[in-house]
Amino acid sequence: MGEKKKVDVEYSPFESDKFRVNIGPQHPSTHGVLRLEAELDGEIITEVIPHIGNLHRCMEKHCEFKTYPQIIPFVDRLDYCSAINNELPYVMGVEKLLGIEVSDKVEYIRVILSELNRIGNHQIAVAAFGLDTGAFTPFLYLFRDREFIVKILEHCSGARLLYNYFWIGGLARDIYPTFKEDCLDAIKRIRITNAEIMDLLINNKIFIVRTINTGILPGDVAINFGCTGPVLRGSGVPFDLRKAQPYSIYERFDFNVCVGTGELGTIGDSWNRNIVRMNEMEESCKIIEQAIAQMPMEGDVREKVPKRVKPPKGEIYSCAENPKGELGFYIVSDGTDKPSRIKVRSTGFSNLSVLPDISKGYMIADLMVTLGSLDIVLGDVDR
Amino acid sequence: MENFINGFINNEFITALIISIIPLIFVLLYALIAILGELKISAFMQERLGPMRTGPWGIFQPIAEVVKLLQKEDITPDAVNKPLYNFAPFLMFAASYACFAVIPFSSHFIPASLNLGLFYLLAASSLGVISIVMGGWASNNKYSVLGAMRSASQIVSYELPASICLLTIAALTSTFTFGGLGVSKELMTAVGGTHNGFLAGLDIQHINVAQSGGFWNWFIFGGPGNITKIWVIPFTMGLALIYFIASLAETNRTPFDISEGESEIVAGYFIEYSGMKFAMFYFAEYANMYIVAAIMTILFLGGWTSPFGDYMNGPIWGAFWFVSKAFAVVFMQIWVRWTLPRLRVDQLMNIGWKVLLPLSIVCFLVITLWGVLH
Repeated sequence: MGEKKKVDVEYSPFESDKFRVNIGPQHPSTHGVLRLEAELDGEIITEVIPHIGNLHRCMEKHCEFKTYPQIIPFVDRLDYCSAINNELPYVMGVEKLLGIEVSDKVEYIRVILSELNRIGNHQIAVAAFGLDTGAFTPFLYLFRDREFIVKILEHCSGARLLYNYFWIGGLARDIYPTFKEDCLDAIKRIRITNAEIMDLLINNKIFIVRTINTGILPGDVAINFGCTGPVLRGSGVPFDLRKAQPYSIYERFDFNVCVGTGELGTIGDSWNRNIVRMNEMEESCKIIEQAIAQMPMEGDVREKVPKRVKPPKGEIYSCAENPKGELGFYIVSDGTDKPSRIKVRSTGFSNLSVLPDISKGYMIADLMVTLGSLDIVLGDVDR
Repeated sequence: MENFINGFINNEFITALIISIIPLIFVLLYALIAILGELKISAFMQERLGPMRTGPWGIFQPIAEVVKLLQKEDITPDAVNKPLYNFAPFLMFAASYACFAVIPFSSHFIPASLNLGLFYLLAASSLGVISIVMGGWASNNKYSVLGAMRSASQIVSYELPASICLLTIAALTSTFTFGGLGVSKELMTAVGGTHNGFLAGLDIQHINVAQSGGFWNWFIFGGPGNITKIWVIPFTMGLALIYFIASLAETNRTPFDISEGESEIVAGYFIEYSGMKFAMFYFAEYANMYIVAAIMTILFLGGWTSPFGDYMNGPIWGAFWFVSKAFAVVFMQIWVRWTLPRLRVDQLMNIGWKVLLPLSIVCFLVITLWGVLH
């Protein structure tokens, strides 16, 4: 037992009308280990500085010492809420370097699982956003129904969060026999819950007054900051990589790009960013239904998986629409079985960078709502 | 009740001691039940099981929590103002406990049968805000100061509509005491209605007696009177709703829990507290829930009177009715908490000053006008 340390504290009144508070890294609503340094004038925010890097794991440097297949588990851990979606652009990029064309069945499974994972991610996003406004019950309802998606992914890959399921040239293993029925069941369940969440949370009067007209992000500012995903679309910019530069087999499906319309509040406010996620879940359900109707069940998902991944010299930028925005991998190959350099264009980093700009002049409670509506995952921001 | 106990013990002092300890035992027992109720009701609403391991159906969970809090290290941070920091939780609990002096259990047991009971309740329940500011400021933490300031402004502004609700019912009761509308003079004097005039309405006994004779005589349904009261019913019901909303704000419960809004200022004014001092704040919150529920019961739900007239009426049944009505209101508070999101501080002030206060004044004018016309 050490001696009790004496701390000198002046009991003076606050010397000025502004003071600084540290929000995080240990704070219930910073969505991980983010530290926000906020300057407050009473309850009004005059300045916010996000300090990132608490979850920096040197992922990009690590990748230079691993073979290409060994990197897939690292990629999972970027945005751990949507691991399947992280694997997709990486394996697509390496396949393009190798010149592998995967079979239709693999493409369909990849799309179905990506969209299921997108729904799961948006469910977490909406749930955590509700929690930021103080609604605890919808959080548990959404997590209860995310379980259906997690079960499907668990049946396929054996893991519940970090799947390592998309392999270069195929999949880790084949899907299970009742896969299609389970997916349709999950969609049915998701639609019921989303209707319930619309009643309980999204159209709740208190929730509406809390979230409309807070953290307004105009479309041009969003483009300048490099925001993508629901954050950009909430500002009314209809940019979706699945439509803008269709990868995999997305051009075969009929779906809409959801944008914030400003039916309540202003275009680009927290409510509009959130409603984009709610609508995207429905669009994802539509894609899954179409994909399940078209998907062939026969074929070996591992027939194209190469024994040794050794791409020729070259470099490639491969990107895909992650639930949170554009996730890109810039892969430089020097002809060995390990990449020379991998750079991740992460969604959360760009989306978080807009926070100081859009939270000034609002109250401290609005800062949490704005941060929640940006839907960041610190594994993705810090890498 | 005093006479009953005094008959056994024959000592004024010990009698007073016993009388004052009964509410303390009640509030401790009640807090345990309410904590378990909160855990189980929220679990039911969220399709969880809630605590299941401590005893059958988890009924010993609140006891386990109290034991846990007792065992915890009582941390006093170096940077705090020690006297105020240590005193605040006890003042908070004392303020809640003081309110129990005038909260009746039945027609024959009110710990202190003051003739200005409502005034006393207002005064005693306002003490709590001092301890919140005290604890928040003395903790020397920016979060706790923010929480304390929010809480103080919130409680002060919501006390106004709540007070007007109390005033309305007091005025209505005075009318009935004067006019004898539906209430017999004998009944009034039987329960100790020794004074009359306007102050009669501030006596909790009078308020309750005025509502006796079935649920249609409760003040939420316009109080006693003939069929002409039907057009005043919307106003009394609105008044009851205003009081319920204001009482949620006074007890810092969702959707008005901005003073301890966990997503912004983590825990608000008690962020630095641990162990038994934290438990004091925790207990006081639940005690305050019961106090506002009891006031709601006294003012609008007929107090200890039976909803079925003379059926199941009497001193023992009175305790049953009073506690069950108050628990029903507590259940409503828990229900609201697990359904709604939280308001922002400026929206909270807007609702308090721009909606509830004018509406309560309108209700006050209409209801007292109706009283005068009779």
